[in-house]
Amino acid sequence: MAPAIHLRTAVALAGRFPALSGVDLSADSGEVVAVLGPNGAGKTSLLRTCAGLLAVTSGEAVVLGHDLRVDCSEVRRHVGLLGHAAPLYDELTAAENVRFAVRAAGCSSARAEPALERLGLVGRLRRTTVGRLSAGQRRRVALAVLVARAPALWLLDEPHAGLDAGARRLLGELVAEAAAGGATVLLSSHEPEVVEPLADQVMVMAGGRVAEWRRGGRRALRSIGTGVGTGVTDVA
Amino acid sequence: MWRDALLVAGKDLRIELRSRVALWQVLPFAVLALVLFAFALGPSPVAMRRAAPGLFWLAVLFSTVLATQRSFAVEAGEGTRDGLRLSGLDPAGIFLGKAAAVFVQLAALELVLWAGVTLLFGVRIHATWLAVIACLLATVGLSSAGVVYGALSAGLRVRETLLPLLVLPILAPVLLAGSRAWSAAIDGAVSSGVGWLRILAPFAVAYLAVGVALYGPLQEAG
Repeated sequence: MAPAIHLRTAVALAGRFPALSGVDLSADSGEVVAVLGPNGAGKTSLLRTCAGLLAVTSGEAVVLGHDLRVDCSEVRRHVGLLGHAAPLYDELTAAENVRFAVRAAGCSSARAEPALERLGLVGRLRRTTVGRLSAGQRRRVALAVLVARAPALWLLDEPHAGLDAGARRLLGELVAEAAAGGATVLLSSHEPEVVEPLADQVMVMAGGRVAEWRRGGRRALRSIGTGVGTGVTDVA
Repeated sequence: MWRDALLVAGKDLRIELRSRVALWQVLPFAVLALVLFAFALGPSPVAMRRAAPGLFWLAVLFSTVLATQRSFAVEAGEGTRDGLRLSGLDPAGIFLGKAAAVFVQLAALELVLWAGVTLLFGVRIHATWLAVIACLLATVGLSSAGVVYGALSAGLRVRETLLPLLVLPILAPVLLAGSRAWSAAIDGAVSSGVGWLRILAPFAVAYLAVGVALYGPLQEAG
């Protein structure tokens, strides 16, 4: 089966400036990839490229079976991106934001309620306009949008930022559930200790390129479970 | 496309009802403009009645710029702009929904301004149907053109100053034809008024077509 994400020496531009300078990445359905690196390494650009938001100018870039150099619109329908700024409307309530996103994706608005409950957005919280919520609560609403939409590709750009310990645990569960359901997850972070245990693959970026690859904790655990591997994470 | 348009129009109008920017900023601005024009023209009732159609449409034109800016301000942040591009909504549906929401706000504003020119300027319209059709066609044109140019300037830092520069010259035919059609409606000169509707209708249709065809590329460029 073809990988969900296939990048080969992919070069992408953000406006007129190079954002990715020849990145290779292959991730299958159900895989979680942690993307690490310092500020300006290209983590956000990689996620935005996979979402079809940055133009790929050379190399190969096929996401969910669609060539990004030919058509991004079909990919975008199946992608959920949680960026630094949550895609929410301040004047709408948490419930209205989730319902709008779900209906925009062509799904039934009935999918909003279970997602709101899963993220603990019940009672007064679900009726509060998003502009009045704290940063962490807004993050929960944005996650509820992802859970309700259930995209085939989750792109989470530093999703742990602004979340308390309970919400971080919940995020870990959601990532694991999405991957178990067949979704591919790209997870960028500054905190290796937080994301590596969740990931099958860990890629470290620098200067718009992949500087290092290693196996993540999730693959090691799965290897133990199936008796295939040693269970030892080979850290470069 | 129509389903997406309804969804976007509903979202934009709900946001507008909550924030009440149109009610507390756009409407007072338009009424204030009308009152100031009345002061500038002096106490002559004849001069005021003659100028009323032009002043009405000038106030509507300036309000179109404000309503359009507001329509794009709710998606000015990177998160919501990307969210809309990744939402799965048809760009043509987004255009129609945004234009419909601006249309509803402008139509409500025109009702208030109509009452304003009647009370302030003593205007009495003899061919009401002509004035109503002129309002409908002009408002479709204003909202469609406003959203097209709003999308064009949406991603730019200078969008708030650029939009009036882009859109006001483009809307000049609506100002001219709308004012003349209203003058004809006031005088009861139906045949002359219908001639001016023949400018408003193609303008509205042209910008609707341009918006449906080009909103996707404009959204990407923004």
